[in-house]
Amino acid sequence: MQKVAAVADVKNYTLNFGPQHPAAHGVLRLVLELEGEVIVRADPHIGLLHRGTEKLTESRTWLQTLPFLDRLDYTSMIPSEHAYCLAVERLLGVAVPIRGQYIRVMVDELTRILNHLLSIGTHALDIGAMGMVLYTFREREDIFDILEALTGIRMHGAYYRPGGVYRDLPDQMPKYKENKFKNAQTVKELNEARSGSLLDFVEDFTRRFPIYVGEYHTLLTDNRIWKQRTVGVGVISPERAMAKGFSGPMLRGSGVEWDLRKKQPYEVYDRMDFDIPVGVNGDCYDRYLVRMEEMLQANRIVRQCIEWLRKNPGPVITDDHKVAPPPREKMKGSMEELIHHFKLFSEGMHVPAGEAYAAIEHPKGEMAVWAVSDGANKPYRIRLHTAGIPHLAGVDELVRGHMLADASAVIGTIDLVLGDVDR
Amino acid sequence: MSAKLDRLIRQLKETFGDRIGAPALLLGQVTIVVPEQNYLEVALRLRDDPALRFEQLMDLGGIDYSEFTGYQGKRFAAVSQLLSITHNWRLTVKVFAEDDKFPVVSSVMDIWNSANWYEREAFDMFGIHFEGHVDLRRILTDYGFVGHPYRKDFPLSGYVEMRYDPEQQRVVYQPVTIEPREVTPRIVREETYAKGGGRG
Repeated sequence: MQKVAAVADVKNYTLNFGPQHPAAHGVLRLVLELEGEVIVRADPHIGLLHRGTEKLTESRTWLQTLPFLDRLDYTSMIPSEHAYCLAVERLLGVAVPIRGQYIRVMVDELTRILNHLLSIGTHALDIGAMGMVLYTFREREDIFDILEALTGIRMHGAYYRPGGVYRDLPDQMPKYKENKFKNAQTVKELNEARSGSLLDFVEDFTRRFPIYVGEYHTLLTDNRIWKQRTVGVGVISPERAMAKGFSGPMLRGSGVEWDLRKKQPYEVYDRMDFDIPVGVNGDCYDRYLVRMEEMLQANRIVRQCIEWLRKNPGPVITDDHKVAPPPREKMKGSMEELIHHFKLFSEGMHVPAGEAYAAIEHPKGEMAVWAVSDGANKPYRIRLHTAGIPHLAGVDELVRGHMLADASAVIGTIDLVLGDVDR
Repeated sequence: MSAKLDRLIRQLKETFGDRIGAPALLLGQVTIVVPEQNYLEVALRLRDDPALRFEQLMDLGGIDYSEFTGYQGKRFAAVSQLLSITHNWRLTVKVFAEDDKFPVVSSVMDIWNSANWYEREAFDMFGIHFEGHVDLRRILTDYGFVGHPYRKDFPLSGYVEMRYDPEQQRVVYQPVTIEPREVTPRIVREETYAKGGGRG
């Protein structure tokens, strides 16, 4: 008598995750090879958002290149400009006035909060905690208001310039007006924090923010479902994290105490008092905790900047008019300044020949610009290193042996933004 | 910082001697040029020597020097940025590909795992072949893309564009219809420019 095989012949199953998947954080195509529900291999296909930024910069002047940098990581925009400005400043040999440095640090740290809010909110959303994103986006709105008052644009600020920042902090905040959706009482409440200068509004935000972080902790930190989805998922050892080129919270989550703001300080970070949180187990949960604490530390830095900025007025951009434009009033009265202005915005600045690699602690990790100049008014080559590339390249290792549902937990934890990866 | 970098330069000279080009310190950054035949050996030593200990390869990018003002030499190079967490220092390593027509550089993927995607990108964008790379596929450009877009002789507008063809009811490729346009020309000023006592 012939026996029928009890187990059917099981073959590996290949699944396309994305490119249009809500948990793929943009246009990521992830080809997953599954054995049952267990992932045996993940192959990310990137480039669906590739815009050739590195090529584009070669046909733009040094100043025209700057706004491209905002569009790389569109959830934390302005720090990318920072890396570019540092590289160009190093080539030019110009110094940034101290007030400009403080403003840069403040904006960077506000953006760090902005980035982590999105990261944690959407991470929770991806793995089922719908409510979180509603709360984090409430605070993001305040930061967008700050950036709008400061740069004129909510997202892509184009605020930094080689040699400083484009303008000083404004003395007032834009206010809400009464309309058919907001009555007088609501408008009055909303405008209360907006009655003073920008710094007053930022300070008010930094006072409120730790309370909000407490709220997030009550929502997630001890949440059983959240812990089931993140504890022990996507574990990476410190050695592997280093070999994989990880940086930022991805490296610190594995317990490596490495933060460029402390170890290779740029601008005025060496004057700031803050701590570097590190994880222990290197799993998604630890990285979540690291990000939560980083937000509070960023808040601390912002407060220190506010205190200093209140007391110390001064220039915010270099007075080398071969690099930065002269003030408008002077330009109207002086022939020389007019020529400077004309030359700067038609031909652009000439950057001495050389190469510079400038790295900053971007909210996602190490963001660096390798700028090569041959002395022209346009870059010869700009190489953009963003933190997202090695992190996404490491996804394969992070998800192997996990269930399919953990793929979105891992994508959430690497804080993926495809604009950042594809450039 | 400078004393520390001097120490790094001394250490590099001691360890490698004439197997690498002389280390240069420019703008607070140490750069070495490594001949292709010594590349893998030097890379392994850079990672494992306790006095150097470059655990991390942060970045690796290609560069095409063909239009660099006043440059004569090999066209393609792979440039990596190393970082030592132990010693807190950085190093730029530059390797030129011997052949301009068919550039080949050894792959450091086995030494630093992070090189995997960077080398794929340099291959995609510059056509530098990394010998020993196990998975040298294109990474950023479209499936079926022809050419290496970051080479200097590749036009900014590219060669083909994509559109939906209502007659065939599918997306088709066709030669580009836009003209390359340069608003501000690229200028390299001579040394003496704006220094001769002119009024500008």
